[in-house]
Amino acid sequence: MTPIEIEITALKKEVINMWILVQSQLNKSKEAMVRFDKDLAREVLIKEKRVNAFELKIDRDCEDVLALHCPVAVDLRFLLAALKINTNLERIGDIAASIAAYVVDSSVNFDVAALESTSLLRMYDEAVNIVTDTRTAFEKEDTVLARSMFKRDEVLDDINENAPVAIAALIKEEPNIIHEALFMLSIFRKLERVGDHSKNIAEEIIFYVEAKVLKHLESSKKKLEGEE
Amino acid sequence: MENTVVSAEHINAYYGDNHAIKDVNIKINRNEVIAMMGPSGCGKTTFLRCINRMHELIPNARAEGVMKLDGEDVYKMNVIYVRYKIGMVFQRPNPFPNLSIYENVIAGYLLNGIKISKSDKDFIVEKSLTSAALWNEVKDSLHKKGTFLSGGQQQRLCIARAIAMEPEVILFDEPTSALDPISTSSVEALFHELKAKYTLIIVTHNMQQAARVSDKTAFFYVGELVEFDDTKTMFTSPKDTRTQNYITGRFS
Repeated sequence: MTPIEIEITALKKEVINMWILVQSQLNKSKEAMVRFDKDLAREVLIKEKRVNAFELKIDRDCEDVLALHCPVAVDLRFLLAALKINTNLERIGDIAASIAAYVVDSSVNFDVAALESTSLLRMYDEAVNIVTDTRTAFEKEDTVLARSMFKRDEVLDDINENAPVAIAALIKEEPNIIHEALFMLSIFRKLERVGDHSKNIAEEIIFYVEAKVLKHLESSKKKLEGEE
Repeated sequence: MENTVVSAEHINAYYGDNHAIKDVNIKINRNEVIAMMGPSGCGKTTFLRCINRMHELIPNARAEGVMKLDGEDVYKMNVIYVRYKIGMVFQRPNPFPNLSIYENVIAGYLLNGIKISKSDKDFIVEKSLTSAALWNEVKDSLHKKGTFLSGGQQQRLCIARAIAMEPEVILFDEPTSALDPISTSSVEALFHELKAKYTLIIVTHNMQQAARVSDKTAFFYVGELVEFDDTKTMFTSPKDTRTQNYITGRFS
């Protein structure tokens, strides 16, 4: 391997490690929410610092490779994509931490039946799966899988769009859980953002592998663009 | 079409039996800086030398195909005229050691026996040295030998010598490979100035230099022109795998 290939392989590994940590943060926040496990939620908050440290390290490593190796073509695209993926992953990490923070601060636990009836759990599972699959797309440079994220993000958008109706019904049925219900609504919004960040990441994977820019394209064009 | 200054149509070049350039077709627009890159022996310098007919000076070497300057076949033109119109600057600065800076600039006129008045000579010398960003540094020592100058200054003197003949195209064969980074930087800055008046074709091994100075880049490999595109495209998303492997250093 050439020196730049060695650097890029190491950097890719680092991004994947950050990804695994962010996935674990999301999963643990969900578990903490469902089981009302404050210790687990506190663990997520502590590990958030590690996510931030990953972000700083990857930024610095990208800067070093840019300065020392003057990358071009696919190497340059990889580094530009890695910088943006890094930012998006850190924000997904922030979302996991903000859900955990609520569990830590809250005095009442969630009603699991309500989490299910409002489709919040389904949305959470789908958001976690999307994060996992974008990681696979990145690892395997699989742009078909990356493209499938655009469609799957729409599933999250649909659930999020229907959330106010579901939450309103919940409050009407049981007005004393209004705080809990409003927090659930904010989780819908946060998970919708996880979908957006994953979509951004999918765009970066396609840019890195195929040199195609799909940003700001209409969703229907995005799905078709560059497909064989 | 009107904007094309040099066009190569099915150019093939040979050194004896060695087929060094294979069916190269390219169109180069006026006032553009073109970089030619590729591994050693890929034919980029040979192609450059086909443009101003220097290739034919080598024993047993021959070129086939049509090379046009402003739509006219250079192989049917007077060779001296071709070299007026297509100047060349080489890897190592090569001012004439026995001539002064002043005489070096107008060497093309002196050596071809073209008679011009003293005032015209003064005008050409000042204009050419100014264009080559050398005038301020040498205006008080015009009658010293050119070889007293630094490497970077000598190279700019060679550029002034090429400019003095009022060419349309200037060919550069690895013009900064023998220069230090500061001299390289001054020559690169000069490319940017010269582009307003001339078309520059530069053979370079320095890929970052190609990326910095050129509008378009051509990649040659084993005598073939593999890819020719905007420099930005070549360095961000080249189409051919061979180009990508070369510029990312993965060539085996």
